[in-house]
Amino acid sequence: MAPGSASSPSPSFPASRPWAAVGAMAAAAAAGPSPGSRPGDSPEGPEGEAPERRRKAHGMLKLYYGLSEGEAAGRPAGPDPLDPTDLNGAHFDPEVYLDKLRRECPLAQLMDSETDMVRQIRALDSDMQTLVYENYNKFISATDTIRKMKNDFRKMEDEMDRLATNMAVITDFSARISATLQDRHERITKLAGVHALLRKLQFLFELPSRLTKCVELGAYGQAVRYQGRAQAVLQQYQHLPSFRAIQDDCQVITARLAQQLRQRFREGGSGAPEQAECVELLLALGEPAEELCEEFLAHARGRLEEELRSLEAELGPSPPAPDVLEFTDHGGSGFVGGLCQVAAAYQELFAAQGPAGAERLAAFARELGSRYFALVERRLAQEQGGGDNSLLVRALDRFHRRLRAPGALLAAAGLAEAATEIVERVARERLGHHLQGLRAAFLGCLTDVRQALAAPRVAGKEGPGLAELLANVASSILSHIKASLAAVHLFTAKEVSFSNKPYFRGEFCSQGVREGLIVGFIRSMCQTAQSFCDSPGEKGGATPPALLLLLSRLCLDYETATISYILTLTDEQFLVQVGLLYEEGVRKAQSSDSSKRTFSVYSSSRQQGRYAPSYTPSAPMDTNLLSNIQKLFSERIDVFSPVEFNKVSVLTGIIKISLKTLLECVRLRTFGRFGLQQVQVDCHFLQLYLWRFVADEELVHLLLDEVVASAALRCPDPVPMEPSVVEVICERG
Amino acid sequence: CFPDTVLIYTLSTARALTPQTAETDAIRFLVGTQSLKYDNQIHIIDFDDENNIINKNVLLHQAGEIWHISASPADRGVLATCYNRTSDSKVLTCAAVWRMPKELESGSHESPDDSSSTAQTLELLCHLDNTAHSNMACVVWEPMGDGKKIISLADNHILLWDLQESSSQAVLASSASLGGKGQLKFTSGRWSPHHNCTQVATANDTTLRGWDTRSMSQIYCIENAHGQLVRDLDFNPNKQYYLASCGDDCKVKFWDTRNVTEPVKTLEEHSHWVWNVRYNHSHDQLVLTGSSDSRVILSNMVSISSEPFGHLVDDDDISDQEDHRSEEKSKEPLQDNVIATYEEHEDSVYAVDWSSADPWLFASLSYDGRLVINRVPRALKYHILL
Repeated sequence: MAPGSASSPSPSFPASRPWAAVGAMAAAAAAGPSPGSRPGDSPEGPEGEAPERRRKAHGMLKLYYGLSEGEAAGRPAGPDPLDPTDLNGAHFDPEVYLDKLRRECPLAQLMDSETDMVRQIRALDSDMQTLVYENYNKFISATDTIRKMKNDFRKMEDEMDRLATNMAVITDFSARISATLQDRHERITKLAGVHALLRKLQFLFELPSRLTKCVELGAYGQAVRYQGRAQAVLQQYQHLPSFRAIQDDCQVITARLAQQLRQRFREGGSGAPEQAECVELLLALGEPAEELCEEFLAHARGRLEEELRSLEAELGPSPPAPDVLEFTDHGGSGFVGGLCQVAAAYQELFAAQGPAGAERLAAFARELGSRYFALVERRLAQEQGGGDNSLLVRALDRFHRRLRAPGALLAAAGLAEAATEIVERVARERLGHHLQGLRAAFLGCLTDVRQALAAPRVAGKEGPGLAELLANVASSILSHIKASLAAVHLFTAKEVSFSNKPYFRGEFCSQGVREGLIVGFIRSMCQTAQSFCDSPGEKGGATPPALLLLLSRLCLDYETATISYILTLTDEQFLVQVGLLYEEGVRKAQSSDSSKRTFSVYSSSRQQGRYAPSYTPSAPMDTNLLSNIQKLFSERIDVFSPVEFNKVSVLTGIIKISLKTLLECVRLRTFGRFGLQQVQVDCHFLQLYLWRFVADEELVHLLLDEVVASAALRCPDPVPMEPSVVEVICERG
Repeated sequence: CFPDTVLIYTLSTARALTPQTAETDAIRFLVGTQSLKYDNQIHIIDFDDENNIINKNVLLHQAGEIWHISASPADRGVLATCYNRTSDSKVLTCAAVWRMPKELESGSHESPDDSSSTAQTLELLCHLDNTAHSNMACVVWEPMGDGKKIISLADNHILLWDLQESSSQAVLASSASLGGKGQLKFTSGRWSPHHNCTQVATANDTTLRGWDTRSMSQIYCIENAHGQLVRDLDFNPNKQYYLASCGDDCKVKFWDTRNVTEPVKTLEEHSHWVWNVRYNHSHDQLVLTGSSDSRVILSNMVSISSEPFGHLVDDDDISDQEDHRSEEKSKEPLQDNVIATYEEHEDSVYAVDWSSADPWLFASLSYDGRLVINRVPRALKYHILL
């Protein structure tokens, strides 16, 4: 076997096995390629497709050559599976193999291979023998087991047969027994029938006396039941004289019974359930339902009207009116409870009346219900101005909850809908009330601010700062809004019975609270602020600028943060989708109308006089050229850059535009010598005081420089003032 | 192709600019300087459009610093200036009509560079003088006439002059004045090219007024036309009732003088006082404004122009196809927009004007003496023309 593998040439063969190397070279010479051929170039042709299988098949060879697995893997050239000289291959041809050996191998190698093969054949033989011995015992024991199983199954089969015959015998016996008993069974049944009939007859004969006894005892229900049971039979056997007599007796008693019942019903004092019982019995006695129905409702009406009257009395001015919760409680237990009982009894009693009866009841309920609602609304209207939402909501909840039962009983009367409507109306009115409250609070805040601003300042004592006022206003408005939201939120609380109505889930939250209350309030705030801005117009008005400033800041805060905060708050509380109406915002942020004294807070920690550069152009004659050259090097001042909404930026913008305007005005004038000097002094003074208000004082410098330069240019006789004099003048002031 | 922008420096402060109105072939602007210390000059700027060459001639204007300049519509050599005269620490603004040397009328192109030494002087024709009225704000020529009628605005007076004996004598033909409280002062005025040149519009404070020059009576009045001072106005050359105004409220407003309560349109593009507004002489959708925010803005006011649907072909010579096309064109909504904002100036722009010869060319002048000549963007030009 080994020499066969030597047909794969590989220079990587270890040199310690010279015969292998020789074999390899011989093979290489036979195949033809030059000795320099690359490792892996297999003379046998292309590599096989299944290296995995080949590796396994040649495991033994590898073992023989002492090649490690890795080394073998690194030598991809393996014998072709179709190679007839491959001992382990499927297509092994001994003739070809021998021929090849004989041709290719030297004698020594042939000898070696022969001994090797003999040794291997022996090994294989002994292996086979061991395998046969080992497995023989297992075959024997398997045969024994199978034989045993065969015996056991035969026994089981016998048992099963016996079971089947026994079952057949049992069935046979059972059939015979039932046949024997059949006769007696029929006779017993007949006897039982006769017995029942006799008992019935006995009942009939005893009926008149029983009825009389029942009526005497007042057990009307029992009497009516007996009568009902006997009625049909007596009717049927009318032609038999004995039965006839019984029937007549019964009819007399029944008539008396009916009369008594009617009496009791008319007296009516005994309450709705008993009345209902009377009516039920009367109906069972075959009294005309129509009439009973009318009478029943009339009685109910009397009772309910009494309830309404007592409610109305509670409304009235004379006795101190109970609070709204108590009122709805009374209404709920008295009127609504009564109505419920009536409706339930009526529906039970007069179910046979069909749609006409139901319609009558619905009309009845509608009429009384509307009177009740009118009373409730009157009471609620008294509540409208009041402050306590929780009591109102609880009262509404009671009211609504109590009406659910009659609403379900009497869907046609529309009580529940009407109740919901009332609740909705009240909710809407509450929203309006809160909006008014918020507006009033806002206006109150503004009035306070105005007063604070207008209050004469006590010397030495600083009045409340604008920032403080603003904070006060903002916090007070916010707390008002929060209080309103909390109050209104009670309407949507989960335990409140009407909170799951579609109105309270959707419209109340989105339209009512969000749009109507919150956005409406913000709008009215904007309008108020706008009207403050508009009213003075160009002619100047009463609105103090500080108030405008405060409002502008307030609006700005609202625009940037507060509105979104409030709306988010509302949305969170009222389960509205955020973003549905989010573009809503402050439409106009008023530009601030500021005055310097507002910012007296701005303390000047920096030492003044630090800035005292001279404003005097060194060579006035060349100012034009100079300024042009200066401009080349200085950055262009963007006077009109956009303004951010903060104090410094706004002030910087105002100062820039003011100085620009000053510049334009200076350029339109012609100055005398002293005019120029005045401008010099003015600009220096401005410089001393303006820097603290701007973001970049360089801007002020440049613009003031330009003003002075322009003034010098506009002066035919430019004799500037000495810088030291300018300073002295400014510091004296 | 040449760049669309050309810069020139006069190296002296200046606020007065006018095209040479009577010149219809060459592009020529007159710039008056404003200096208290030096002799003032009028620069005649010639722009050779084809070669992109600028030629400058200088005329001495020794009377004083020039605040306003306007050229005669009939005679290329005649112009009027408003200038300051200082005497005994008092400043007077006067107006005069001048004639420039003959050889400069059409811009002598072999101008020597040492212009200062050979600077020529203007010939004084006449003073628009009236001892009663000082502080001439501006002088405007009758736009279509023979250059014999001129209006000057002095304080609260509007004065109509007749120039006689080849302009050597100015006779006050008629005048009117503003009555009312306070110091009323005209700031600007324009002569309407419509109605046989019988209308003049003036601006004082925040009010615009129209005058009939025949009777010197007021014909309309737009009170509070702007929130602040009105700086300038101009008539639409093609729509007789339309005029534009601008002012210190940073706005440009367009008016129909038949309805003075509301502006037809308002532009708010500038961020500081708007000093000048000018309609293009041929294509009245092009409106030029200059402002002390150092910007010049060219706007396209198509919707209120005489060609609101673009340039339409005459009905007479359109074939069916063209008819179809023009219909299509007219359906396109044309939007008013800002065509361009020119930021070449570094100081306040006090004067802008269109060339009288080339409708696609305009000049702007800033206080530092920088004159910028710009062209209307080519794309827009072709859009308007084609």
